[in-house]
Amino acid sequence: MISGLDTLGNHNWTLAMASKIRSSEITPESVFRERRLILQAAGLGLGASASTLLPFEAMANAPLTGDIEKWPGSTDEMQTSFEQATTYNNFYELGTAKGDPVKNADKLITEPWTVEVGGQCEKGGKFALEDILKPHALEERVYRLRCVEAWSMVIPWVGFPLADLLKRFEPNSRAKYVEFKTLYDPVQLPGQKYPVLEWPYAEGLRIDEAMHPLTLMAVGLYGKTLPNQSGAPLRLVVPWKYGFKSIKSIVSINFVEEQPRTSWNISAPREYGFYSNVNPEVSHPRWSQAKERRLDSESKGFSALFSDKRKTEMFNGYADEVASLYSDLDLKKNF
Amino acid sequence: MLSQTVNKKGVVAKRGLSLTRLFKPLVFIVALLPAVFAVYGVASSQFVDPVETLLKITGEWGLRFLLITLCVTPIQFIFKWGGVAKLRRMLGLFAFFYATLHLAIWVVLDQGLDLQDAVNAIVEKKFITFGIAVWLGLLVLAVTSNRWSVRKLGRKWKNLHSLVYVLTVLAVVHFVWQVKASELLEPSVYLGALAVLLLWRFLRMVKR
Repeated sequence: MISGLDTLGNHNWTLAMASKIRSSEITPESVFRERRLILQAAGLGLGASASTLLPFEAMANAPLTGDIEKWPGSTDEMQTSFEQATTYNNFYELGTAKGDPVKNADKLITEPWTVEVGGQCEKGGKFALEDILKPHALEERVYRLRCVEAWSMVIPWVGFPLADLLKRFEPNSRAKYVEFKTLYDPVQLPGQKYPVLEWPYAEGLRIDEAMHPLTLMAVGLYGKTLPNQSGAPLRLVVPWKYGFKSIKSIVSINFVEEQPRTSWNISAPREYGFYSNVNPEVSHPRWSQAKERRLDSESKGFSALFSDKRKTEMFNGYADEVASLYSDLDLKKNF
Repeated sequence: MLSQTVNKKGVVAKRGLSLTRLFKPLVFIVALLPAVFAVYGVASSQFVDPVETLLKITGEWGLRFLLITLCVTPIQFIFKWGGVAKLRRMLGLFAFFYATLHLAIWVVLDQGLDLQDAVNAIVEKKFITFGIAVWLGLLVLAVTSNRWSVRKLGRKWKNLHSLVYVLTVLAVVHFVWQVKASELLEPSVYLGALAVLLLWRFLRMVKR
């Protein structure tokens, strides 16, 4: 029996969320309906058949169509701008400097896209992206993103709970972890020509982390499809962990018994643990994690230099929802 | 010693001096460009993470100017261009200038003037300890870089200022230590340049 699977049908987290929602965040239904992002079909019509899809070059940054529910747990903190979030990226496959991924973004072709699902599950196989996405209603969730490099952003993601996707593959009782891999193709992802990390990029979650309602499979941000530098067409968002856990451009999902090897952990095991939960008390060997520089649309010009560094919160401020996952774990050892 | 050797080649030295006269103000302006670029970049919101970017620019240029300063003597001898020596002090002071900006940005903007945090970081993180040591050393060299100090210190001055080799080694270590394993290319280039510069001096010493 896997303790993690207990949380599958457990909706206690919503109560915890509800207690955190400020009254200002509760919107009258009429306004809420108006605000729904119902955007004209300029691009990716999710649920549309593959034949109606435009080539991806044309769809990158295209508005997402259809109803996108606003998730009630979203933070109302000042958001990072679309430009900030899509020009300052760690996506080493498209270059190691922060400005490289946006420059090299058009090398990556995401149409067609296939995701291979395997390991300890009943219904694995190869799936076209359209088939992965079809059954899922999209929602917009504004999450804090805390990079291990001590900066943070606030980003409105569009996606659906990873748990809803994983359940479709019917993981068995031996599925204790989920391993994810990014596309490996040194032509499309030229950074893979250099041995800066072990390629393809690999990440993993414990099954209960993967099934947690906060864990999001994202297909868009700011109401648009994911730009390539942000991990198109399919990426993970795990808001209580350092950003590098939220793997981009996923082509493989594997249910496994043993803790999977992950790229940054292989590269520098003392610096990047498997868990990599945001934790202000466990400092990186080279810098403190107690504070962070918030990069939002207010940080402009010279005033950006003097914005106060904010204190980093345990689990990136999502402790009420996720702390119980780690109640019997020494987080200093299992960083 | 060095200036005498070059002065024997009177013509070369003279031509070098006039070139230097043209060059020095130009080099001064060029050496300021990274700082100008940085200020412009901040003003026009070009850096998404401006504090981080400023730390990177000033740190890199501090180290680059240390290495450039160490190139002066080899250039002087290899190209028989005595006048270039006139740039040495200015280039060294630019290394100190960028190192001081680097430290000031770290204390004021990165640490938010929280001195307790800064001291803790200096004690706990070895690469920061090294960085502080480099800056203190450069401070001593900058303060004693004027003619009065050269005269006053006599032979000791040269010994004191050969500290620049140690400081450059420490500065490269400071840089290597804080980059990710995946970003070792740039510090490797500096390390290689430093190795060549030290080797050149070593071979010259052995030859004599």
